[in-house]
Amino acid sequence: MSQQTVGTRGLQFNEPLIFEQGSPGRVGYSLPATDVPEKKPDRLIPKKLLRDDIPGFPEVSEVDVIRHFTRMSQWNYGIDLGMYPLGSCTMKYNPRLNEDMARLPGFARAHPYQPEAVSQGALQLLFELEQYLAEICGMDRVSLQPSAGAHGELTGIMLIRAYHTSKGNPRKKILIPDSAHGTNPASSAVCGYQVVPVKSGPRGVVEPAAVADVMDEEVAGIMVTNPNTLGIFEDYIVGIAKIVHGKGGQVYCDGANLNAFVGIARPGDMGVDVIQLNVHKTFSTPHGGGGPGAGPVALKRHLAPFMPVPTVEMKGNRFALNYDLPKSVGKVRSFYGSFGVLLRAYTYIRTLGPTGLRRAAEVAVINANYIMSQLKGIYHLPYDRFCKHECVLDDAIQVQDNVKTLDIAKRLMDYGFHPPTIYFPLIVHGALMIEPTETESKETLDEFIAAMKAIAREARENGDLVRNAPHNPRVGRMDETKAARQPNLRWRPKMPPQ
Amino acid sequence: MRYIPNTEADCRKMLDAIGVQSVEDLFADIPAAVRLKRPLRIPPALSEVDLTKHLRTLAGRNADADRYVSFLGAGCYNHFSPAIIGHLISRGEFLTAYTPYQPEISQGTLQATYEYQTLICQLTGMDVSNASMYEGASATAEAILMAHRVTGRNEVVVARSVHPEYRQVTRTYARQIDLTFHEVGFTPAGTVDLKHAKSALTDRAACLVVQNPNFFGTVEDLAELAEAAQAVGALLVVAVAEPVSLGLLKPPGECGTDIVAGEGQGLGVPMSYGGPYLGFFATQEKYIRQLPGRLVGATEDREGRVGYVLTLATREQHIRREKATSNICTSEALIALIATIYMEALGKNGLREVALQNLRKAAYARERLAKGKGCAIRFSGPTFNEFVVQVKKRPADVLKGLLTKQILGGLELARFYPELKDCLLLCVTEQNSREEIDALAKAMGGGR
Repeated sequence: MSQQTVGTRGLQFNEPLIFEQGSPGRVGYSLPATDVPEKKPDRLIPKKLLRDDIPGFPEVSEVDVIRHFTRMSQWNYGIDLGMYPLGSCTMKYNPRLNEDMARLPGFARAHPYQPEAVSQGALQLLFELEQYLAEICGMDRVSLQPSAGAHGELTGIMLIRAYHTSKGNPRKKILIPDSAHGTNPASSAVCGYQVVPVKSGPRGVVEPAAVADVMDEEVAGIMVTNPNTLGIFEDYIVGIAKIVHGKGGQVYCDGANLNAFVGIARPGDMGVDVIQLNVHKTFSTPHGGGGPGAGPVALKRHLAPFMPVPTVEMKGNRFALNYDLPKSVGKVRSFYGSFGVLLRAYTYIRTLGPTGLRRAAEVAVINANYIMSQLKGIYHLPYDRFCKHECVLDDAIQVQDNVKTLDIAKRLMDYGFHPPTIYFPLIVHGALMIEPTETESKETLDEFIAAMKAIAREARENGDLVRNAPHNPRVGRMDETKAARQPNLRWRPKMPPQ
Repeated sequence: MRYIPNTEADCRKMLDAIGVQSVEDLFADIPAAVRLKRPLRIPPALSEVDLTKHLRTLAGRNADADRYVSFLGAGCYNHFSPAIIGHLISRGEFLTAYTPYQPEISQGTLQATYEYQTLICQLTGMDVSNASMYEGASATAEAILMAHRVTGRNEVVVARSVHPEYRQVTRTYARQIDLTFHEVGFTPAGTVDLKHAKSALTDRAACLVVQNPNFFGTVEDLAELAEAAQAVGALLVVAVAEPVSLGLLKPPGECGTDIVAGEGQGLGVPMSYGGPYLGFFATQEKYIRQLPGRLVGATEDREGRVGYVLTLATREQHIRREKATSNICTSEALIALIATIYMEALGKNGLREVALQNLRKAAYARERLAKGKGCAIRFSGPTFNEFVVQVKKRPADVLKGLLTKQILGGLELARFYPELKDCLLLCVTEQNSREEIDALAKAMGGGR
């Protein structure tokens, strides 16, 4: 690796589990003295319902805790450190202004059951966010309740089921293209639907004939990811929607990839009836190591009677929560959704405005096509056409030297990059799914391209170097088989505690 | 635009390298008929200065627990959260990472999650915990779906003293696969009506669902409920909405509980007008393969160095697709990190001390209110940090009166329980001083 390589080694620390640290009586908290009578707990609650101790719980100081987590944080890769081209996950920069706004006491310290009269700011924010998201999607209403993308999918399928049930028959099946995220079939199954796969055509998109073949009056709807997981726009979407609607079905769009065309086109104008948005992707809220997200569901007017409760409405000049939806699917979570995450999305939308949002989509697409154009030929490109926000390559050239996608991914770490999404979508053998996002500069993309080229060269000249990667991280490849065969899912004391 | 580094000139160079005239060429596959031919109708971009002002104005229109004295609980608790939490979770390495698919460069998140799973097991007395779920209500719904998978049965018996929103959410989930619900009432003590529960539990029941402390704040005897459920081969699901109670109460795992599902917000997580929160989920060893959600396990690398990975993924949707144990993909990792830091900083003495303060302050408030003419304590059973008071005036008027004194005086139960239409649910935590409690009691006609 050259001197210019971003990734290098730094001073890192070993840090044992917290359970192996501390000593009895050590404290990491400060509480005021009790100012009410100090009754013994068993005078208030029967002794048999009480515990004396929490065996194994830590006893450490505040300094111990700070060092513990700061040291562990150094073992993580994050967007703040470098490019994180995890396809379909949209790892774009997470603006810090959004974090500060979420921590304003008027938001962070507001209780969900406080009276509406003293919650007008929060309700106004939710009301306006619904309007923005509806406009961005070309839809009529948005439920802000779902907690994440998959939760949004589940809610969307519930809406479709409620709609069909109101017409007398919930129907039995959901059509799902073979390129779909795994959450699509799982969400359909939770709603009791049978999943019927639809094959993608040779251009990497679903073709109308394939849908017409399986579409009948037992099909509740189709779930289409657009752009799909190959990063390709489903250009037959309008025709497919007509076929599905023709038999009374509903069109669900998985909006995980909406960031590819915000401001350029709108799902609602393409015949889509319902779509979920992953605000931690398109609208920049932090992924936080795997959540929290938020998965608002945008829908057309005919599905509005079935929306989860509550909705936020304007009554006169006041904002109010509305629980009066007799046909509602019900509640999908407690309170009103991931408010703190939604407010970060609100802040992002107000920061970019209409011009900035469209520009973000354009640059995301330019960045992805730039990477594809520079790596084409060096890595095999299974679908050779312009992509949207992500491109999918595979390891067909490198396997000739016995270097596989997993090896390429691991070697990228040594160069200072997070690997792309690998082995997905399933329809491409050995897929490397690369999504740079609009928040990477051309210089960073060039460094990434150079690293990918260097790895391709190493695969030919020094395959072991790649096959044994990564070399720089503090640990090497993990024995995942052992983890699954002998599950060790929690710490236990070597000797039972006193 | 400060979040988009590439300038027009950078983009021009890249478009040339791609071999197209303009960015439009890259969108040629979107049919012209469905292109948006106008700008989005959303407000124009705001500068950081202007946007901050706007959001401060919105925030200022909300009551908050800094400016108001709050006695609201009911599934969201006003607990103290140490300053270190905000600092540690702001580290970009935690905040801006994704799900730890690549363990070599995700050991921070993975070890923290392994510690989280351990702490939840210690707190609940259960064998195994997942890496977190969305929040308490949907975690409870997932517990019912799991009980249905384990037993193959289609009926669910739920106590009416379970949080009404948890019951609503579980019904939403269960309706999709046609599970039948039976609800069980409560006694004058405010606890589950055991006789009623026993008559509702048959060999068709997948589980009995109770909450502890229950929605009225009353502490249940879980051991006898477990016995009743298991007598007919059903599982006992215990929902915990107030995790701080576990600093004092006997853990569900020691009472024969099969699944504990709960809300972790009380563990240092901001109230944030209802979310994001943290669903926790723990069960017994024998049900490991039926557990929904992500799991982190310990293992080692090729050189024998200890490390952690996501494991038992064959239960999950990205592999099993429609046969998965749940459709959940994203968990609540950063919120689980808050809870982990909270539990570690407070430790075994701190959590007990917080729980004790809650118990004692609530008991003091309960006594004060019981003595007065304006209200009475509705249930006789032992309570933790919440209790139900019956008021002589209209509850809405009582709350209005309190609000003029900058006091958020609890939740009107009429919206969930018609039979408790003259009642309020009050919560007292370590954040409430004796002075504040006295002011509340005085305003509500409590004695002294």
